[in-house]
Amino acid sequence: MAVMTLRLSWRARVAMGGVVATNLLSRLLGRGSGTVVGGRVGLFIEPKLLTVLSRSRSVVLVSGTNGKTTTSAMLRVGWGGDVAGNVTGANMTEGHVAALCASSAAHAVLETDEGWLPIVVSATSPAVVVLLNLSRDQLDRANEVRQMAQRWRDCLAPEKFLGVVVANCADPLVVYAAESSTNVRWVQVPTVWRADAASCPHCTRALIFEGSSWSCECGFAQPTRVTARLGSVLEIGEQSYALNLALPGVFNEVNTALAATALYELGENVADVLSRIRTLDSVQGRYGLRRYGHREVRLLLAKNPAGTAALLESLDGDDDVWVAINAQVADGKDPSWLYDVPVEALRGRRISCLGERRVDLATRLTYAGVDSEVVDDFELLREGTARVTLIANYTAFRDWMGRTSPC
Amino acid sequence: MLKVAVLYPDLLGTYGDGGNAAVLAGRARARGIDLEVEEVTIGAKIPSASLYLLGGGEDGPQRLACDLLSEGGLIDRFNEGANVFAVCAGLQILGTSFSIEGDASYPGLGFVAATTTRGLSRSVGDFVTDVQGRMMVGFENHGGVTVLGEGVSALGDVVMGRGNDGRVDGFRAPRLIATYAHGPVLAQNPWLADELLSEITGQELAPWSSVADRLYSERCALLSTRRSDAGHIGG
Ligand SMILES: [Zn+2]
Repeated sequence: MAVMTLRLSWRARVAMGGVVATNLLSRLLGRGSGTVVGGRVGLFIEPKLLTVLSRSRSVVLVSGTNGKTTTSAMLRVGWGGDVAGNVTGANMTEGHVAALCASSAAHAVLETDEGWLPIVVSATSPAVVVLLNLSRDQLDRANEVRQMAQRWRDCLAPEKFLGVVVANCADPLVVYAAESSTNVRWVQVPTVWRADAASCPHCTRALIFEGSSWSCECGFAQPTRVTARLGSVLEIGEQSYALNLALPGVFNEVNTALAATALYELGENVADVLSRIRTLDSVQGRYGLRRYGHREVRLLLAKNPAGTAALLESLDGDDDVWVAINAQVADGKDPSWLYDVPVEALRGRRISCLGERRVDLATRLTYAGVDSEVVDDFELLREGTARVTLIANYTAFRDWMGRTSPC
Repeated sequence: MLKVAVLYPDLLGTYGDGGNAAVLAGRARARGIDLEVEEVTIGAKIPSASLYLLGGGEDGPQRLACDLLSEGGLIDRFNEGANVFAVCAGLQILGTSFSIEGDASYPGLGFVAATTTRGLSRSVGDFVTDVQGRMMVGFENHGGVTVLGEGVSALGDVVMGRGNDGRVDGFRAPRLIATYAHGPVLAQNPWLADELLSEITGQELAPWSSVADRLYSERCALLSTRRSDAGHIGG
């Protein structure tokens, strides 16, 4: 365990003690996993605690609208050995502090909220920052997506950051954010979601999309000198690798491409990395099979249009499809994003609509010509034989994790 | 055939307002009315249409959309008899001027006398307007304060939320409706969708019931209780 000898000030030691004690207390009192509360206490005692705890560790940050949790899990598993991380998904400073207090591992992977990335980059001096994508998410509480790209761009410029940026170069907003860095590794991946990057972040002209690449009249264009490329296989450096993941969907292949490139940059053997990533078959309950009454249910988390569009593409043909939509603060209080999701892909199925905003969802589906049913009493769904794919947004996902049990 | 043109969803489509077109198309289809939806993206010409829809968007794209609409002659189409329905940034663009990105004022298309300045805070939340005795429910997310000129009629009186200024929402003139309500507003308010559809078809519509009616009545019921819980909100 004692991989690292931390030279800590008394204040940092007291602060770490505060985090551990508070988290323990919080768990004993049954108030959740307590990571956020503990982190908050620690930061109160020592505001620079995250910096102190990151020193002499090799840190990777993962940010983006979709895929943060899964890609972070891939990085931890793929790196091998003992890796610290905010596995509970608390992805702001408090959660990071709690994660680093809980582990002395020399390697750390921190999933980072998009808005917090500048602060966390500055505090942790990461070896690698992985940028997945940027699209609209919970607009009533988050910054608008272009402003976010600008803030990333500012914090990755060489005056502020000298580590490596591993960036998805199919996403124009990610490219805009990453191109300020002098140390970028571009990863070329397939992408379907472009609605949020229709106009050029430099000059606001319309971006021209041709096949798998894009450009603007002003000269801003998809980078062509790439470190890695994902097609039917993943090419990194001079080598090609078959992926054969246990996790479904092209979007998880994309996440793997970015995770593997980051670990390649850290000197890891890509073949070994991939063989470890292949063992992942569920992440925080997502993708794994669970049980509800007599039914086998595969739970998928969908928080926003881009993420949901990607899930709809990966649906299994024989599954019953249930969709659960809430509009709590954590979900975004306005479910109108449902109209940005290409739900027409569900035509020919009968969708069971669940969650607090199930009537909004059924209305959306009706106008798209998709047959649906509003389920007011979800107990009735326990009977039945077909396997179920349940797509749920954030708090609805949490509700259904509680209602289902492990298989 | 009737055409509904969605103007620059790539610039003004940030808040699901493109859904308004899907709602009109769905409700037309249910009545056997032929209605075509055309999405007009950056670089495309504004086609001839019975109804033009404008949605909400971010600051930079809003300015670009305003330029494109001005060059594309939207006001000529309107003067020739087309209808226009605008939401949020779309509403601001149709006025005489709007301020975004700091306090610099930007000229709008001048459909009506309405000036928008930046308010002290942003209004984000459920939103209800009384439109001639009918509740219009939706969601608002904007930082603008819009002041209507002499003789310009508001769409309705704000019951919950801010709208133009905390008292009234949007504006209304013959063949023109503008509101701050997202949701998308026509999905949340089927009666308003039918009113628009009836206007562009020039005919009474056959009644059609769907789950959208349940959505409307549940939203009204919920928001009216919340309003009485919270005391008097808005105007
Ligand atoms: Zn450009």
